[in-house]
Amino acid sequence: MARTLIHAPKTAARGEVIEIRTLIAHPMETGYRAGPEGRLLPRDILRRFTCRYDGEVVFAADLHPAVAANPYLAFRTVATATGTLTFTWEGDNGFVQTESQAITVT
Amino acid sequence: MVQWPPRPPAVVRQVEDVVAFLRTLRRAAIAMTAHRPDRRTLLRCAALPCLAALPCLAALPCLARAAPLAAAPKDLQAAVRRFAGGAPVREGKVTIDVAPLVENGNTVPIAVSVESPMTATEHVSAIAVFNEKNPERNVVVFHFTPRSGRAAVATRIRLAASQKLVAIARLSDGSHWSAGVDVVVTLAGCLEGS
Repeated sequence: MARTLIHAPKTAARGEVIEIRTLIAHPMETGYRAGPEGRLLPRDILRRFTCRYDGEVVFAADLHPAVAANPYLAFRTVATATGTLTFTWEGDNGFVQTESQAITVT
Repeated sequence: MVQWPPRPPAVVRQVEDVVAFLRTLRRAAIAMTAHRPDRRTLLRCAALPCLAALPCLAALPCLARAAPLAAAPKDLQAAVRRFAGGAPVREGKVTIDVAPLVENGNTVPIAVSVESPMTATEHVSAIAVFNEKNPERNVVVFHFTPRSGRAAVATRIRLAASQKLVAIARLSDGSHWSAGVDVVVTLAGCLEGS
């Protein structure tokens, strides 16, 4: 399991646009870099990030090797109802990680 | 770190170079026609450097930071066309926020945003970022829905060299908008070994 950091407000007003910042520990090995023995290191990157709000996709991103290591993403969503935010990272070599956080909307 | 005296901006330096070049030419011409040059020779000496300076002056506007898509190299334009599905891409609406001079190409903070009401009928559906000189043209593609609230994202990317970045926004009405920016990178990312 990779370490993740998720900054999302715990509470929000209905209809408010909230900012969510996520970070995940991942090398994002590009596949263009040589290792210590001079051979190219195989690519190992995260391909896709998805943020769901009560199961509905509100934001997604396709990542390519040009995204820096430990991918950081800051985006926004509308606080519609009290529920759960789910964050999913998918990548090479079957990498899948899901984190979630509750949000209370008043 | 503050440098003193401050380096003048590139445009000023180029103008100074041109002026210095003109002076040397003129001095050489006068030296050649040393003793009492007649009026015609003098005029000719003055005209020559003026003509030589014309192409230099014409090149000056290229130093501006904004980078139109039309000036982009072929493969970058091809990547943009693939994303737009052949639809015309117009300039505007998109804002790229990135430092003009980047010290470390391994992590370059970049923010992209598009002004949009983000309603069901009128919203931004995707923003793609492309680059000019990395091994791959694609950098990242963001997907939005009306529930995204605002089409504004920030992330960190790698840049292998000083180059142009292009962001293309796809709107719900099918139109595509672009913005370009030139970034100078002092320490290249991606390419050096571990």
